Amino acid sequence: MKKPIVEVKDLVAKYGEDTILEDISIDIYPEQVTVIVGGSGCGKTTLIKNIFKLYQPYSGSVRIFGEEITDMDEVEYEQVLKRIGMLFQNGALINSMNLFDNISIPLEQHTNLPLSIIDKIIKVKLNLVNLGDALELNPSELSGGMKKRAALARAIVLDPEILVCDEPSAGLDPLTSASLDELILKLKSLFKMTIIIVSHELASIHRIADRLIFMDNGRVLFTGSLEEAKRSKIPEVETFFRVGKFD
Amino acid sequence: MYLENKTLFFDGNLTRFNVSELLHKIEEFKDKEIKFLDLTKVSNIDSAGVAFLDELMILFREHTPHLLNASESVDTTIKMFSSMNITPVVPKEGLNFFTRIGDSLFRWRESIIRGFYLTADIFFWSFVCIFKKKGMRKGSVINQSILIGVDALWIIGLLSFILGLILALQSAAQLRQFGANIFVADLIAISMVREMGPMMTAIIVAGRSGSAIASEIATMKVTEEIDAIRMMALDPIRYIVVPKFLAITICMPLLVTMSTLIGIAGGLIIGITYLDLSAISFINEAINILTFKDVIVGLLKSVFFAWVIVIIGCYYGFSVKGGAEGVGKVTTMSVVASIFWVIVLDAINSIIFYF
Repeated sequence: MKKPIVEVKDLVAKYGEDTILEDISIDIYPEQVTVIVGGSGCGKTTLIKNIFKLYQPYSGSVRIFGEEITDMDEVEYEQVLKRIGMLFQNGALINSMNLFDNISIPLEQHTNLPLSIIDKIIKVKLNLVNLGDALELNPSELSGGMKKRAALARAIVLDPEILVCDEPSAGLDPLTSASLDELILKLKSLFKMTIIIVSHELASIHRIADRLIFMDNGRVLFTGSLEEAKRSKIPEVETFFRVGKFD
Repeated sequence: MYLENKTLFFDGNLTRFNVSELLHKIEEFKDKEIKFLDLTKVSNIDSAGVAFLDELMILFREHTPHLLNASESVDTTIKMFSSMNITPVVPKEGLNFFTRIGDSLFRWRESIIRGFYLTADIFFWSFVCIFKKKGMRKGSVINQSILIGVDALWIIGLLSFILGLILALQSAAQLRQFGANIFVADLIAISMVREMGPMMTAIIVAGRSGSAIASEIATMKVTEEIDAIRMMALDPIRYIVVPKFLAITICMPLLVTMSTLIGIAGGLIIGITYLDLSAISFINEAINILTFKDVIVGLLKSVFFAWVIVIIGCYYGFSVKGGAEGVGKVTTMSVVASIFWVIVLDAINSIIFYF
């Protein structure tokens, strides 16, 4: 197995006095789809936000691309962030800008590309997510599924090495959810992206997961492949898959 | 409902429609010994009915009454909705008085430190962005200048004009008794340049743009747009706040200048129509009474007010917690705090320059 692209060791996250994440140690390997799975409120999104420093971890170590990021200064960390794309739960498109402007932000800010090239890149990325004709639309004019696809286009606009998706299928109908999963798989195979997905949608997990990290109550209970998870004797993991009638 | 042989009999429905009535009736059995609650004739029960039975269990707990003859459906409903089996939540031990004071002092200290960091960040990035445009959206300073400045022109102009009229009218009524009509020009010029122009403009901008800044940032935080900007390797202060800061720094002195001139024009109209002054004499008097210091202090003050409005708006916007309610709360707090600090700063300024 290749060297991990993201290494988390003994990560603790607190909110006031309450411990939200307890001694999390996980590795994410390159060119794989790793799904962080668990019930609602178990700390999946908090874990992602702590790994990528959107929340400051209480203690522990996070290494991305082999570099410790917890004590990195802002300028250094920005160089790391340029190699990562993130799709947020509700898309998080900037509401005051249309899709073109939203997706052009990373290109305008981090490259010196001329507008004609930026224009082409954006059109390609929007076509990839089947939103080629929505360039001029504002986020408020999009459906939930369209927002997520547009946000995915923004997340991949700089061709990141790591793509993080926070509940990409949540709130979507099965067909849209399946097409989003297919797109994620396409990105993985075409661009050899490392993809980290937070999800509790079993159908989606079944389609895309190479590796699972199972969380419960702020702790990691299991890491391994889907097959190993299904055979796991850990009661919480077993219940999760059994209740979901998943085999 | 009736009592017989230490058994309380119920019939019909035990639902939210008759529970209140039954609770009143139960008063007459309060001192009686009740060992059984018979539900044979109860045909329908809902969660309010089950809560009523739970109340009876507590009320007659000395005799530990038992439920009798509940039909299968009634029994299932009771089991599902009874609060008797719920483990009571132990409330967290409350903090004592001194701990609470200490805690709020610590929070206060933290919020002051956060405010200073934010202010330092805003000033630093605003300075950097004058020379290096990367990190800011193209055209954002102009867009913000239109929102903060141009769109506020008519309301600030209108209110300043009315204010000038009122000030002149009120002072004219007094001054004309002493034949000091011409001093209305002095009064209007000094009050508009030193106080009313900057203060009125600042209060309107705080209400209009300060609230917009706070609610925009708060909404962006709630909808994870700030996180998204961060994940795009951009600094949210630089990308969102700096354009507003630069725009308001440019617009505020211009708005104040306009407000002052229009306010004086309002006074001029009263001078001409009510006090029989000529326009030339009014304008000459107004110009002669003003010093260079008055104009500069008024304009500098407006820049400080502008900074206070942006910093407070951003501070509250970034400290939002919760959803829509939180956004509303921080917006209100930011407007109140901006107006408060504008007035306090104005008082400090008056003491420094004119005491």
